[in-house]
Amino acid sequence: MEKFVQKTAIVAPMDRANVDTDAIIPKQFLKSIKRTGFGPNLFDEWRYEDVGEPDADNSKRPLRKDFVLNQPRYQGAQVLLARENFGCGSSREHAPWALKDYGFDVVIAPSFADIFFNNSFKNGLIPIVLDEKIVDGLFAEVHAQEGYQLTVDLQNQQIVKPNGDKIPFEVDSFRRHCLLNGLDDIGLTLQQQDDIRAYEEKAKKTAPWLFPA
Amino acid sequence: MSAKTLYDKLWDAHVVRQDDDGTALIYIDRQLLHEVTSPQAFEGLRIANRKPWRTDTNLATPDHNVPTTDLTGGVDSIVDPVSRIQVQTLGMNAKEFGITEFAMGDIRQGIVHVVGPEEGATLPGMTLVCGDSHTATHGALGALAHGVGTSEVEHVLATQCLIQKKMKNMLIKVEGQLQPGVGPKDVVLAIIGEIGTAGGNGHAIEFGGQVFRDMSLEGRMTVCNMAIEAGARVGLVAVDEKTVEYVQGRPYSPKGDNWDMAVTAWMDLKSDDDAVFDKVFEMDGSKIEPQVSWGTSPEMVLDVNGTVPNPANESDPVKAGGIERALKYMGLEADMKIKDIPVDFVFIGSCTNSRIEDFRAAAAVLKGKKVSSKVEQALAVPGSGLVKQQAEKEGLDKIFIEAGFEWRNPGCSMCLAMNADKLPTGKHCASTSNRNFEGRQGAGGRTHLVSPEMAAAAAVAGHFVDVRDYL
Repeated sequence: MEKFVQKTAIVAPMDRANVDTDAIIPKQFLKSIKRTGFGPNLFDEWRYEDVGEPDADNSKRPLRKDFVLNQPRYQGAQVLLARENFGCGSSREHAPWALKDYGFDVVIAPSFADIFFNNSFKNGLIPIVLDEKIVDGLFAEVHAQEGYQLTVDLQNQQIVKPNGDKIPFEVDSFRRHCLLNGLDDIGLTLQQQDDIRAYEEKAKKTAPWLFPA
Repeated sequence: MSAKTLYDKLWDAHVVRQDDDGTALIYIDRQLLHEVTSPQAFEGLRIANRKPWRTDTNLATPDHNVPTTDLTGGVDSIVDPVSRIQVQTLGMNAKEFGITEFAMGDIRQGIVHVVGPEEGATLPGMTLVCGDSHTATHGALGALAHGVGTSEVEHVLATQCLIQKKMKNMLIKVEGQLQPGVGPKDVVLAIIGEIGTAGGNGHAIEFGGQVFRDMSLEGRMTVCNMAIEAGARVGLVAVDEKTVEYVQGRPYSPKGDNWDMAVTAWMDLKSDDDAVFDKVFEMDGSKIEPQVSWGTSPEMVLDVNGTVPNPANESDPVKAGGIERALKYMGLEADMKIKDIPVDFVFIGSCTNSRIEDFRAAAAVLKGKKVSSKVEQALAVPGSGLVKQQAEKEGLDKIFIEAGFEWRNPGCSMCLAMNADKLPTGKHCASTSNRNFEGRQGAGGRTHLVSPEMAAAAAVAGHFVDVRDYL
């Protein structure tokens, strides 16, 4: 996984609650057997006028001009500002893959769905939970000021606003450590193989039916 | 020793290692695999030159992309080349890594969440994961089960473990007795209508009370299946005699001495009387009415005798905006009666409602009746080859076919329309599935979540009706 320490980027506002993973990346694109290439179909049904298909040339498809990511002022955005329960629904990791592939590195929301939250960390997409009132304030500022940028500083666990104001945020210490160092979960777990084998030896005695010969 | 919830007990029994910051390494007893969320996980293993930690804990079956029409050609019957490659990839990966697969054409093939319990591959007391959010289903058997993303599918393949933090405990208690015509689907939809789609975020939900004790295992699976629609990755029901009876004699169930030992252990899989939950929600089961969702989130659900909400009556601007958007997408007027919503398509199936009991319940309503001429297509899609076989043995297929339903082969089908079964733009569907998100059943399609009985009654009437008038 690539490292994340700090980033300053344009913020795009996704001003609706309960954005689900079917909306983030519709099902027809889940047929891919790769991890990459989902960016052009991020929010496909909201972004394009027509119905997207996996083999279509997305550059030729008609865009919905009023959709936030199609507006010139939000081009190049790498921080997505969202509402409560972002990423609800299906467990598809294609949702963080699509956000990441599009160019987002950070999603800020008052709350996230559990599976999406977890999947995001594994892909270097940082979900940041902020108080609803603070999120409301950020929405107002993003709408008011074209080219609005935020600095996300994972090292110091703070977001820095254009006027220099700092907003602290919480992040799980283990996840933070992995992101700052670009560590791979599987490699870390395999360092604990002795513990896993010891657990198995014990479980074979208490629940032998889970270890059929 | 302090009192424990069922979730506490399941968690504690699977801790391999616990760190001071609350991060734990948890052992996983079973992983179910399907074609959509596994290819990148197997690819990851290959790239890192890793082997599965254990092969015998994994079980694979294709479901999302599988056609429900003619299957005699096996994988070759999939017309869409992209879908075909994904199903073929599952088969090749299973073979390469030595994992058992119930492939297309195998009578045991079906929706993972129907197949697991049916085969006894889901057992009480297990930890079970699958790259699918509806893995919550398996908690109905007293297993700690939840959906994971593809990175975690790979993690479990490689290490048999997951790095996790413990969730909080939530109890949803529904006492009393359900009215006739009101079933498990209505109960869970009514709960989601009350607590919302984020109501269970961060929690493992245990469903307790007389309503769940009285429920069959199939019914409990319907309820736990939709825990994720209330935001909870995990849904649980305590083990009782019914659970043990359900599990006994299934192909993967323990046998002989192991069976006796397992049953003794399983009977302790319930929350202690004085266990403390972080959150408790109570409902009176006798007051639950048949439910119909009207909007684009499972929490947008109402009693069948209700009226569609009016955004003008909502003071929260984000919520009012949500109602307005949902009304527009669904093509509904504020304040209209649920019973006045027309039904163009009917879908009985999905990991929520495709078990034998669901088809029995729908068939009881359909018997001797005809699907309304206003309905363009009515699909009945069993959850597995074995469910289909059982239904046919009972003659249920004939009831569906005579009523005007298409009796299909098993798969996820129109729940999420990854195969050819799609809800066309602008059409209303009475669906026994679990999600009414925009575009879920097909781009522009309008989903109304209901029970199998309510779907059958809507099929006959051509619009939503109170199934209690049909009993």
